[in-house]
Amino acid sequence: MTSEAARGPSAVGGKKSKRLNVILAHAALVIASIAMLYPLLWMLAAAFRPENEIFSTSSIIPSAISLGSFVRGWNGLQVSFSTFFINSFVISVLSVIGNLAACSVTAFAFARLKFWGKNIWFALMLGTLMLPYQVTLIPQYVLFHNIGWVNTFLPLVVPKYLAVDSFFIFLMTQFFRGIPRELDEAASIDGCSTFQIYWKIMLPLSTPALVTAGIFTFIFTWDDFFGPLIYLNDMKNYTVTLALRSFVDSTAQSDYGGLFAMSILSLVPIFLFFLFFQRLLIEGIATTGMKR
Amino acid sequence: MTVRPIGAETEAPAIGHTVIPSRWAKFWARNGAGYAFLTPWLLGFFGLTLGPALISLYLSFTNFNLLQAPTWVGDDNYVRIFTADPRFLQSLRVTFFFVLFSVPLKLAFALAVALLLNRGLRGLPLYRAIFYLPSLLGASVAIAVLWRELFASDGVINQLLAPLGIVGPSWISNPRYALWTIILLSVWQFGSPMIIFLAGLRQIPQDVYEAAAIDGASKSRQFWSITLPLLTPVVFFNAIIQGIEAFKSFTPAFIISGGTGNPINSTLFYTLYLYQEAFAYFRMGNAAALAWILLIIIALFTGISFLTSRYWVYYDE
Repeated sequence: MTSEAARGPSAVGGKKSKRLNVILAHAALVIASIAMLYPLLWMLAAAFRPENEIFSTSSIIPSAISLGSFVRGWNGLQVSFSTFFINSFVISVLSVIGNLAACSVTAFAFARLKFWGKNIWFALMLGTLMLPYQVTLIPQYVLFHNIGWVNTFLPLVVPKYLAVDSFFIFLMTQFFRGIPRELDEAASIDGCSTFQIYWKIMLPLSTPALVTAGIFTFIFTWDDFFGPLIYLNDMKNYTVTLALRSFVDSTAQSDYGGLFAMSILSLVPIFLFFLFFQRLLIEGIATTGMKR
Repeated sequence: MTVRPIGAETEAPAIGHTVIPSRWAKFWARNGAGYAFLTPWLLGFFGLTLGPALISLYLSFTNFNLLQAPTWVGDDNYVRIFTADPRFLQSLRVTFFFVLFSVPLKLAFALAVALLLNRGLRGLPLYRAIFYLPSLLGASVAIAVLWRELFASDGVINQLLAPLGIVGPSWISNPRYALWTIILLSVWQFGSPMIIFLAGLRQIPQDVYEAAAIDGASKSRQFWSITLPLLTPVVFFNAIIQGIEAFKSFTPAFIISGGTGNPINSTLFYTLYLYQEAFAYFRMGNAAALAWILLIIIALFTGISFLTSRYWVYYDE
């Protein structure tokens, strides 16, 4: 850093040293990029390698392409991975719907409606942002255990319909506040009910915020390990994350190809979001400080 | 603002067609829509957040194994945790070590790369995407699995070291290095703080640099006297967010150590210890006490950060 800066443009030969600087910066960035991507590329290659080659090389180009690992991995546990992928997908989609509906309704109340105690409720909502989930974990578990929800998807999904994700409420509240009030006032004069204002004006105008919140909810839920770990016991209910963990435990020293192939597959949905919504994700992080 | 002692979220009673509206009817007319929209959150707040938090505070003073009713034991759990629980101390040590090294290293990388990228180089979107990708994927079990194999004794890292004449150990099963592999995994995910730094760097007006250059300030002088001070609010923000996340980190340690926190408890993260107490030994009362201690630790961390921020975070005006 400092050596770079010290070499900065001097009065004499400024142009030349500036070009050198640019080249050096690119060189540093390219090396860093390779280092950053190497682990991912290596796993990708490992998934496609013939099984006997996996640990014999650190190269990221397989000598031959084999799909054997995917076939073995897919059926590597007593239950096939199609079940795990469906489970993860169902839980994630239901969570996205719940989070978007519940958080946007709450955010609409905070951003636009007048009611007694609003500031207190808003402060309490912000307070829960700081609360580590461990504090509510055990009573929640006892509750879900007592009503017979353990080993079902319900403990993972139902809370999302009760707007427990304060971060997204906050994000949407901020976004709603940025929408000009004249719009809902005009709609109100034209006879729109409060719900119609929410449904026909606020939601359509908030698509970027909703899409960002939806994508991050999907990714967080898809990746979630702790929730499924404590609530799901039967393998037929496992999510992909739990299945990968069982794979690590059960195969021990044997089928690494299968393990890597399934790991790669588990990353595909997230990678697709990255590919198609990158700009939105990066904007979301830059403006709200999302933790990932 | 009407201030009345009313059960706020209750539904309005049947209003009927009376000529004189009741106080309820008036309250409902003013606040009904707000509370109708707030209902899901209120249910979640009381039923899944505030209620459970208070119950867990109560449980922390009991012995509770999920099968029998909790029995009150006073402050026994807390006394034992603080005076006779080597695993608690170890988990605290591991977690603090992790926070203390992973967060500053991660932020240093994020800032260094952001500064490089902020010089108007071509290809910024591509570089930014490459550096962001690990941050997006990194929290998944798949990556923890990958890490476990990369740093195994016959893993890729040791293969890369072999030509240099270094015979690497099994990093993940050596108590001296196991925690460092997890720190490295966290630092590898510097993408999202980097994006926040980039956004912050854009906010710094260019004319300040021009003025400094005219006054003969060197590039490094400009960094220390302009860039860094003006960026301190962003550094502070990133440090708080990443710090809290680091205290709560669970999955990498669980996967890499197979849920044990080994070798010899060198990766026994606080959250991992709490998980074992609750769901391996069913000492729910003790685990609730651990959860409340974690809350206090995080609150102290945040509070102290805010207190010290007065002395090193630069705010305009």
